[in-house]
Amino acid sequence: MEILVCVKRVPDTAENEIAVNRDGSDIERDDLVYSVNEWDNYAVEEAIRLRDEKGGSVTVVSVGDEESEEVVRREMAMGADKGVLLSDDAFEGADGRGVASLLKAAAEKGAYDLILTGAQADDGAGQVGGMLAAMLDLPYASLVNSIEVVDDRRLKVGREVEGGNQEMNAIEMPCVLSIQTGINEPRYVGIRGIRKVASVEIPVYDAAALGVAAEAAGGAGAAVKRLDYFVPALGDGAEMLEGSTEEIVEKLIEMLKAKGGIK
Amino acid sequence: MAAQIFAYIPHKQGTPDDAALELATAAKQMAPDAAATAVVTGTGADLDAVCSAMAKVYPAVWKIDNEALSYPNAEIIRSVLLRLLPEKALLLVPHDTFGMDLSPGLSIKMKAAFIPDVVETAPIENDELKAVRQEYGGAVSTHVVCSVAGGAVVNVRPGAFQPRESADAGGQVTDKSDDVGDVSAKRRYLETVAAEVGDVDITKEDVLVSIGRGIEDEDNIEIAEDLAKAMGAVVSCSRPIVDAKWLEKSRQVGTSGQTVKPKVYLACGISGSFQHLGGLKGNPFIVAINKNPKAPVFQVADVGIVADILDFLPELTEALE
Repeated sequence: MEILVCVKRVPDTAENEIAVNRDGSDIERDDLVYSVNEWDNYAVEEAIRLRDEKGGSVTVVSVGDEESEEVVRREMAMGADKGVLLSDDAFEGADGRGVASLLKAAAEKGAYDLILTGAQADDGAGQVGGMLAAMLDLPYASLVNSIEVVDDRRLKVGREVEGGNQEMNAIEMPCVLSIQTGINEPRYVGIRGIRKVASVEIPVYDAAALGVAAEAAGGAGAAVKRLDYFVPALGDGAEMLEGSTEEIVEKLIEMLKAKGGIK
Repeated sequence: MAAQIFAYIPHKQGTPDDAALELATAAKQMAPDAAATAVVTGTGADLDAVCSAMAKVYPAVWKIDNEALSYPNAEIIRSVLLRLLPEKALLLVPHDTFGMDLSPGLSIKMKAAFIPDVVETAPIENDELKAVRQEYGGAVSTHVVCSVAGGAVVNVRPGAFQPRESADAGGQVTDKSDDVGDVSAKRRYLETVAAEVGDVDITKEDVLVSIGRGIEDEDNIEIAEDLAKAMGAVVSCSRPIVDAKWLEKSRQVGTSGQTVKPKVYLACGISGSFQHLGGLKGNPFIVAINKNPKAPVFQVADVGIVADILDFLPELTEALE
C-alpha cells in the first residue's frame, strides 16, 4: 500500500502560551516552540502501522519554509520511508484551498492508495483533507479513529461522531482520510532516531517543480483573509482567587460547600 | 445581496437538531432582509416531520426524499447539494462531525469560498462576509473576510448563535426529490457503534473533578482521585487524557465524549476548548485551576485559580481531610 501523509509544522500549544502580538497582526511568535501538528503525528503512526501490516511505503509531505524540513525529518525518524517538502516564497500565506492545491500537485506525482491528513491543525479549520479529496475526485472520510484493511481496494473506517459514538463506513481506495487523535499511540522519537535520518536527502519542490501557478497557491490567491488577531472579552470572566495557597484553599472550600460541591 | 441563502438542517428520528434554529439566527445576521431556505434530506415520515417543523422557522423548505439519504452520508449529500443548489448559493452548515465531513469538499466542487467554524458574523456588505473564528484551541480569535460573490459554504459552530423566538414563518415546503440524480458513492455507511459504558456514569454525577493536560503524567491521576474521594466526587477528564489512554473514553467530557450536567465542575489543568465546554450543560458552578493565566477556561469559569494543579490539588485534599 502506497501511503501519502500530509503534515504541518505548528506552534506547540502544550508548550506555549499563545498570545496576540502588539499590533494584532499575528500571534506573538518570539520564543515559540514548534512541533509537528498533533493530529498529523497520529496519521503518520497509522500509516506506518498499515505499511508494516500490508507492505508498501509511507511518504510524508509538508507545505512550509525550510524549517518545516525538521518536521518531515522527525516523521521519517518515526519510520516514514520518504519525505518531501513543498516550499516556495510564493506559497507564503496560502489558505486551506491553496495548501490543498499544492498537496494535490504533490499527490499526482505519485500513485497513492491512501492519503492521510490530520483532522485539524493550529487554525482549527479542519479543511485541507476534504478539499484535497474533492480536488482529486477521491472519496473522503473525516475524523477517522479506526482503519481496517478489508482487501486490496477497500477499507473499513470508523469516524468519531458526537457523544463518543463511532460511525462505521466502507470506503473504496484510493481515498483521503483525516485522522483523529487517539486512533493509536504514536511512537516516541528520540535523538538517536533523528540522527539516523539526519543525512537523508529531502527533496524540495517549488511552484515550478509542482507545475502550479504560484500566485494562485499563495496568500495573494487566498479567498479567506485574516484581518487581525484579538482576544475576545467574554462576559465577566472568572473571579480570580488570590493570596497564599492556604487562603485560596480556605476560600475555595467555603465556596464549594455553599454550592454543594462537597458531600 | 443577490445570493440565495440556504441552511442544511441536521435531524434525528424526526426531530431537527438544535442547530436548525441557530442557523436561522446566523442567516439573519448575515443577510437581515434575505429569506433563507432550509434544506432537509432524508426519507419517509421522519423527513416530513422535520420539514413541517422547519416551515415554522424558514420561509422556504426543500424536502429531498430518497432511500439512500436515510442516513446522512456526506459523500452522497455533497453530490445532491451540488446538483440542486443554484450558482453562487450561500450555504450554512453546522460545524459538527457531519459538517466537517461535508463542507470543505463541497466548497471546492461549488468553486465557492469556505469559512469553517464561525462563531460570529456581521451583515454581508458589497458581497463581503466578515466573520469571527478562533484559532489555537480558542486561545485567540481572528476576524476573517471573504467574498461571497461566487457563493460560499459557511460552517457555523454549534451553540455560538442563540435561537430566536419568532412568529410562524409559514414556509412553503417544495419537494425536490425528483432532482437528486445519482446517489451512488464510494463510501457506504455501515452502522453506528455506541460508546462503551464505563464503570462510572459521569453524566449522573453532581460533582466532577475533571483533569486535562495539566496532570502531565499517568501516575499523577492519583492526585485527582484523592481529591475526588475527599469531596465525594468522581474524576472525569478532557480529550488528551483519553487519547493517552490514561482514563477510559466514558470519563471524557466534551462533544466527542459525554455531555454532563453537574452542579459543581472543577476544571483542573484544562485549557477549555469549545469541544470540551460543549459537553458541559446545566450551568454548573465552574472552578478553573490552571497555571496558564491566559487559558480560555478562565473566561467561562465562575472562579479561577492560577496554580499548578500538581501542587494545588494535594493542598486542597489535605485541607478537606
